[in-house]
Amino acid sequence: MPLLEVKDLKVRVEEREILHGLTLTVNEGEVHAIMGPNGSGKSTLSHVIAGKPGYEVTDGQILFKGEDLLEMAPEERAAKGVFLAFQYPVEIPGVATMNFLRTALNAQRKARGESEYSTPDFLKKVREVSKSLNIPQDMLKRGVNVGFSGGEKKRNEVLQMALFEPSLCILDEMDSGLDIDALRIAADGVNALRSPKRSMVVITHYQRLLNYIVPDVVHVMSRGKVVKTGNKELALELEASGYAQFEDAA
Amino acid sequence: MNVAVAKTGSGRAVSDVFASAQGRLPGSAAIAEARRQAFETYERLGLPHRRIEEWKYTDLRALVGEVLPLAATPDAAALSRATEAVKAQAFAGARKLVLVDGVFAPELSDLAALGPEISLTTLREALDKDAGGDLLKTASTDAMISLNAALATDGVVLAIRDGAQLSVPVQIIHVATVSSASVVTRSQLRIGNGARVTIIESFAPAATAGAYQVIDALILSIGDDADVAHIRLMDDAPDAVNVTSAIVTIGARTKLNLFNMTTGAAVSRLQGFITLAGEGSTLAANGVNLLRKTEHGDTTLVVDHAVPGCTSRETFRAVVDDRGHSVFQGRIIVRPDAQKTDGKMMTRALLLSDEAEADNKPELEIFADDVSCGHGATAGALDDSLLFYLRARGLPEKEAQALLIQAFVGEAIEEIADDGLREHVIGLAERWLEARK
Repeated sequence: MPLLEVKDLKVRVEEREILHGLTLTVNEGEVHAIMGPNGSGKSTLSHVIAGKPGYEVTDGQILFKGEDLLEMAPEERAAKGVFLAFQYPVEIPGVATMNFLRTALNAQRKARGESEYSTPDFLKKVREVSKSLNIPQDMLKRGVNVGFSGGEKKRNEVLQMALFEPSLCILDEMDSGLDIDALRIAADGVNALRSPKRSMVVITHYQRLLNYIVPDVVHVMSRGKVVKTGNKELALELEASGYAQFEDAA
Repeated sequence: MNVAVAKTGSGRAVSDVFASAQGRLPGSAAIAEARRQAFETYERLGLPHRRIEEWKYTDLRALVGEVLPLAATPDAAALSRATEAVKAQAFAGARKLVLVDGVFAPELSDLAALGPEISLTTLREALDKDAGGDLLKTASTDAMISLNAALATDGVVLAIRDGAQLSVPVQIIHVATVSSASVVTRSQLRIGNGARVTIIESFAPAATAGAYQVIDALILSIGDDADVAHIRLMDDAPDAVNVTSAIVTIGARTKLNLFNMTTGAAVSRLQGFITLAGEGSTLAANGVNLLRKTEHGDTTLVVDHAVPGCTSRETFRAVVDDRGHSVFQGRIIVRPDAQKTDGKMMTRALLLSDEAEADNKPELEIFADDVSCGHGATAGALDDSLLFYLRARGLPEKEAQALLIQAFVGEAIEEIADDGLREHVIGLAERWLEARK
């Protein structure tokens, strides 16, 4: 069974259809890249998979491990193993990062009927992962993402990915706003999490990110549909020729 | 003078309430005269209503209707009913001073633990000795302060010695055990030069109490170079009324942190009149209203910069659910001499339902020209993008809301310097939130 099956998905936002019958299959352990021009519906797809309110699914299905994802609240999806790394992680003043991480992790474990993490185990794990991601401990005491640089915010997303151990990671424009050094640290963090048990969907406008996170499959999205699927060479082709050819194909 | 008789909703004249209480009200002959004058002032004004500007959003005539007869002096059964509430309110380690139905209860208080730096008398004793009648006199002509002076049965009169460094808080616990009666107390706290102290004031009902009215006054005067926190936690019965007037005077180079949290009472108002009377002092006057059902909670603060070089900060947060109504009125007065004043207030309301209501009225009256003053006010719902972020990380909706609400009120709580006390207050706010789930 595929990990994620998106079948003929049609989605509207405020009466305007954004996705016009999108189909996508991701198997366990695969890394997929979704590329496409601005406005092609890439972020809409990631939001609908994560369960963001405000989107109306008018047709089609999303199955995750064979279960109907669209029937689940966002928190249920998270507990089942869906993780969205946000393009613009929000700042939450007054909620200390450490407290947030622990509360979220334990909420997911509780929903799965697992016992809560013990404090020493939790702290050990956070310290380990944050060290590898070059996240200083004092950052974890601050409010979630408050005063973080763009790179720090993205690293904080990767930190959560490592802690929550999801089976599906959707990385929405992870490279936006990052310089090369920041991108490399974040990408190294993501690569360390690649595993035969974990799938990733890497959404990006630019091929650059895919030099660091090398995909198994590349999809091109245009005007709310997947218009071409290929291997990693497709990304290089796009870099050379641009998206214009697909704008017509859609 | 022609005084119209103020009739209450039930047709009972308020003068009857005064007349029937008079026989048991403590005080010297001068105090009796002060009471009579105070009552005259009250009777002329009656319960405040919306046509009085300061009470525009809190129309006590409409919300409360009448002043209830004074609660009976608590008997042994009442004291025993109060015991559980005292236990529940007690902050671990604090020296407790307990008032039951408006009367000081030595048997429930920690008198032995007070030590030589604190001197305590009851208001009742002080009034009996007050030949000049000064204890009940204030410059204010506010109706509720006058009513309080007319009817005050008891309270604590505390003096903290110059230079006292008290690491353990003093906690005044007001417990009501009565129903359909009024509880009228007045406490006077005098804090000496260079003293450091935290005072907690808690209001709560015994299990049996309901529909009572608390009409309280706090007269707080602080000397120079002192470091004082007054943390007020009002959790009166859900059908009770609490109108408290605080009159605060601050000396020079003193640091004062005033904090109030309202989690109880159907109708409440805390009106604070705070005068910065000595140069170089710093005031934080912060508050949190947590309101649900049809609760009405009003915090009205008048901060008077009477001298140069003082700083005042007001941080107020309201969380309003159901059909609750929160009011914040903040006035900063800067007198002509009070140059180099730095006064700011920020009030924010979080509305958790469509029918929740918040009124914010900031006012600046500035008569000096070299000052920095400002105010800000916001009201709105929880931020959807923050909620979604938390839910996408696995937090159920109510928990995500609770976390954001805690963060929201935390901004007003964080200035409580005592770690244990701050955690205690956060715990009380969390308990209020738990009840939403």
